[in-house]
Amino acid sequence: MANTQLLGLFEEPQKVADAMGELKSAGFPVEDLDIYSGSPFPEGAFGEHEAEHRLFMFPLVGALIGFAIGLLWTAGTQISYPLITGGKPILSIPPMTIIMYENTMLGAILFTVLGVLFESRLPKRDLGLYDERITEGFIGLYVDCPEERASAAESVLASNGAEEIKKA
Amino acid sequence: MYYRRTLTEAQINQQLLGTVLTTPLWWIVLFSILGIVVAGTVGVVGWMFNQGLGVTGLRQPVFWGFFITNFIFWVGISHAGVMISAILRLSQAEWRRPMVRAAETMTVFALMASLTMPLVHAGRPWRIFYWVFPYDWARGIWPDVRSPLVWDPIAITTYLTSSILFVYTALIPDLAIIRDRSTGWRKSVYGVLALGWHGNPRQWKIQGFAGILLSALILPVFVSVHSIVSWDFSVSLVPSWHVTIFAPYFVIGAVLSGVSAVVTLMIVMRKLYKLENFIWEEHIDALARLLIVVAMAWMFLFWLDLVFALWLKEEQEITVWNLRMFEPPWSWLFFIFFMFSYVIPVSLWMFRSVRRSFTWMLWTSLLVNVGMFLERFLIIVPALMRKGPQTFTYATYRPSPVEFIIIFGTIALVCFLLLVFSKFFPLIPLWEEKEGQLLMDEVKVGNVYVPAMVKEH
Repeated sequence: MANTQLLGLFEEPQKVADAMGELKSAGFPVEDLDIYSGSPFPEGAFGEHEAEHRLFMFPLVGALIGFAIGLLWTAGTQISYPLITGGKPILSIPPMTIIMYENTMLGAILFTVLGVLFESRLPKRDLGLYDERITEGFIGLYVDCPEERASAAESVLASNGAEEIKKA
Repeated sequence: MYYRRTLTEAQINQQLLGTVLTTPLWWIVLFSILGIVVAGTVGVVGWMFNQGLGVTGLRQPVFWGFFITNFIFWVGISHAGVMISAILRLSQAEWRRPMVRAAETMTVFALMASLTMPLVHAGRPWRIFYWVFPYDWARGIWPDVRSPLVWDPIAITTYLTSSILFVYTALIPDLAIIRDRSTGWRKSVYGVLALGWHGNPRQWKIQGFAGILLSALILPVFVSVHSIVSWDFSVSLVPSWHVTIFAPYFVIGAVLSGVSAVVTLMIVMRKLYKLENFIWEEHIDALARLLIVVAMAWMFLFWLDLVFALWLKEEQEITVWNLRMFEPPWSWLFFIFFMFSYVIPVSLWMFRSVRRSFTWMLWTSLLVNVGMFLERFLIIVPALMRKGPQTFTYATYRPSPVEFIIIFGTIALVCFLLLVFSKFFPLIPLWEEKEGQLLMDEVKVGNVYVPAMVKEH
């Protein structure tokens, strides 16, 4: 059976936390509940599902790739046409480290941004059930549930003071 | 003391998206004026390419003049933006909120302006490609990675790419706000740029970590870039350039000019965009205190540079410093530089009334940047002008009108780009302001209410 999506719009954070608590007590899995807000609230403010992430791995991987490219570039370009300049060695380590360093940092930063997108589950083509008032102060409580439980979820949202409930 | 200004999310949206959602008349006027100046400068640059570098004041022995001075000047300006933003984000300083976006954006545009200068200076800009691509594909002759002229574009490109990504990552939640307030094609464009942002706890958590991670990663890049720019000079054998102190001296000098530019920008923004509810005396005061510390550190390094030169008693070094400090017109420029970039502003910033005055802070921050431009000019030109044993032809460097026009053109270019940016994106991060409002409270201590911040651990 198809699932139903509900979005309750609240003005007060406390009401969202109460509705969330009641939904969890009523057996709605926490993974199927989500909060949409226009500004960051302290973690756990609504009793929401705590997201695990591996963002810290991304810069590390990016740095390693950037370093490898830097090494390949600096060593490769000098070896490809071994021209002695000013009596200096062909593989001149100190200036190579400058370029390798910049490449390492660039790799780390590029991968961090890719990690931010991946861990934020972005980009998304479709906004789905959403309300523009969320970026103006309203807080949205999103519920994804089987069709037969939609009315139970709706009544929890309404009883906790949702200003409006949208359905899809 | 910070005074609490309570604003709702809707009020923050309305006040900070004013120029994005509507187009005021002053914006059109300013856009037209700056656009004409930039277009005129592009024309002058084109004429210079056609005529050759003979129309500039560059003559034997001075082949680095206003263009390279301007290059270093804008790289310097670009430094404070990301530095301020990164340090304040890492230290979770509350007063960062209204200034981070503008500072980061200025970094991007100042870097773009600086990148135009080597192209202009080359006279034949297409030859710049030899810095990056092989001279000769068939034989695999690549640019020499041992040359600082190769380090520069790599470092600056890294910094520019990082800064753009830094700005964009923090802009995503605000793009969603604009998406939700727009209609028609604008809604579609902002929808694409916002990447489908919902603002769920996972996305906010990652956004928070991203700010800290990117700040931590971009700070070493910021230090490396101006160090590498300084090595353009210090790895050469030119007297007064060949010194080990140049990297920290350049970095601190860049921070001084950059933070001053941030102060100028904040004050102009406050006036033009009517941001009185967001940019307060306390913010400018905090920046002025930071400037005092930076200016003193910079003066210490400047003094070390001078002492190291004199300590060795090398004739060539002393000749250059003598030229800078005691022979007109350089001595006049030296006097102006010293007064503008250190003596006048730092003396004035000691007074609380000056630090909290937008007018005083505007003029003193502008003075610093006039002084810092002269500082870079005085590092470059007198050092090249000294008469060495191999100098067979000789002329004094006098910048030509073409060079003056191009210098003013780059200032107009940065202002123009900032103005265009402000039309499409907010200069103050809305979500950060909203977060500040959410976490701000007042605590009663005795008879007074003291603003307090709630912090997460």
